[in-house]
Amino acid sequence: MTTLRAWLADPNPTSRRQARLGQLWLAWVRIRRNRLAMAGLVIVGLLLVVAIFAPLLAPHNPLTQDLSRRLLPPGTPGNLLGTDDFGRDILSRIIYGSRITLYIIALVAVTAPVLGLLIGTVAGYFGGWIDAVLMRVTDIFLAFPRLILALALVAVLGPGIENAVLAIALTAWPPYARVARAETLTVRSSDYIAAIRLQGASAPRIIAGHVVPMCLPSVIIRVTLDMAGVILIAAGLGFLGLGVLPPAPEWGLMISSGRKFLFEQWWVATMPGLAIFLVSLGFNLLGDGLRDVLDPRSASR
Amino acid sequence: MSLIEIENLSVVFRAKGRDVRAVENVSLSIDAQESYGLVGESGSGKSTILRAICGMAPVSGGMIRIAGQPVPTPRGRAFSTQVQMVFQDPYASLHPRHTIDRTLAEPLAIHGLGDRDSRVVQALTDVGLPPAFRFRYPHQLSGGQRQRVAIARALMLKPKILLLDEPTSALDASVQAEVLNLLNRLRAELGLTFLMVSHDLAVIDHMCDRIMVLQHGRQVEELTRDDLAAARMTTPYARSLFDASADRMLDSPTEPAR
Repeated sequence: MTTLRAWLADPNPTSRRQARLGQLWLAWVRIRRNRLAMAGLVIVGLLLVVAIFAPLLAPHNPLTQDLSRRLLPPGTPGNLLGTDDFGRDILSRIIYGSRITLYIIALVAVTAPVLGLLIGTVAGYFGGWIDAVLMRVTDIFLAFPRLILALALVAVLGPGIENAVLAIALTAWPPYARVARAETLTVRSSDYIAAIRLQGASAPRIIAGHVVPMCLPSVIIRVTLDMAGVILIAAGLGFLGLGVLPPAPEWGLMISSGRKFLFEQWWVATMPGLAIFLVSLGFNLLGDGLRDVLDPRSASR
Repeated sequence: MSLIEIENLSVVFRAKGRDVRAVENVSLSIDAQESYGLVGESGSGKSTILRAICGMAPVSGGMIRIAGQPVPTPRGRAFSTQVQMVFQDPYASLHPRHTIDRTLAEPLAIHGLGDRDSRVVQALTDVGLPPAFRFRYPHQLSGGQRQRVAIARALMLKPKILLLDEPTSALDASVQAEVLNLLNRLRAELGLTFLMVSHDLAVIDHMCDRIMVLQHGRQVEELTRDDLAAARMTTPYARSLFDASADRMLDSPTEPAR
């Protein structure tokens, strides 16, 4: 173990692989020193574990209705977090709901920022009419209220989780494009871009290898900050019957169904709300830590 | 035949409907393995000439020929194996997120050259850096070390011509001498041709066989090293430039006693 650690922490690595693994190790050491980032990592890790082992962890079937046990308060034996208006166990529904939430988050996180990065860096790098066209398209998407645009898309494509994700991704990319373009504009006139251009590098190589790494930290921060909003928009679509359809245990859907009893049976809406809050917090903390780790300049300190 | 020929080069930048004439009617020719200097105060267009050669500034008039061939637009890959450039600020010319290894290996990858490991190590050794520096990031190096990396990068494709844009002005005096000596050694070993820009006549005198003095984008006077040593300037502007740095040139180790 100590020899492995010494090998990883060797300041003068002898091969590319050792250098790369050493960088990963350093990143891990740095993120471990950052307590808040570790808290975020623990929360996100917990979400993953809960989602994977949902059938083992959930005390009840999330879809089984029992009208004799409806709207029981938290702490009732057998229903730790209470039951909803159909007598379904809220804890089990939150546990199973983590799967849907994770699925939506994962799909949005791999589509919207990638699309935004691509459009933003291409617009910023080439400038001229390409920039003008791409940025006006971005403006048009930005000018639409997000939920309305998502609604229109889902209305055309039909309800369902994939279509909801597509609609969210299509409405979420413009801010990433803006951020990426702004970063690209500061980077593209720098000497290291001029140098690599002089080496004969093609535009795709420069954008992917040299411009994107400089834009990534700010985009990652935005992604993690947007995660809470993504969960809520998915919930909004579900509420309007255009996203995840009932009786699926989706957190947002659970909140909207608990709305009716908010004053008398507060837990029906509050428990999934707490779950969303916790997961959003986890992503925000993790994102903050990742930004520090992604910047090798902070490594020496 | 001259390796680099520039005929009546003009560079005009258009900004907000106003034309800025950065370079006007400059002609020069540089022989193979010669070291040629461009001198002038800031804004005299000397860096712009280098950028025009590389295609980073618009050629509005005139002709640039390398080895008798007009340079193509865009410059293309063949051009990158002929001409490379070392930039002024070593803190800005290396990608902050790339290791030295990646910076040096990238030109090889672009041109599909193999045997990258040994070439990168060889390049580091050539510029006097230990191979242990290979996987470091630029922020872990000093200014002089970074400029050595930048020189190594410029030499990865084995070009015949090196354009030097004030390669030492961002470095302190002792490091400056080391880097200049390194450049002189590499020129002798590899048979390079230098086109160097500086506002510092002491640096130019240490490095260059011939110099051209520029003012406001126009050529003022061309001088040989002997002219410079004997202070044989014909124009008042070149004389005033010389007077401004004459005291430091006397200290320069390569300067013959006068």
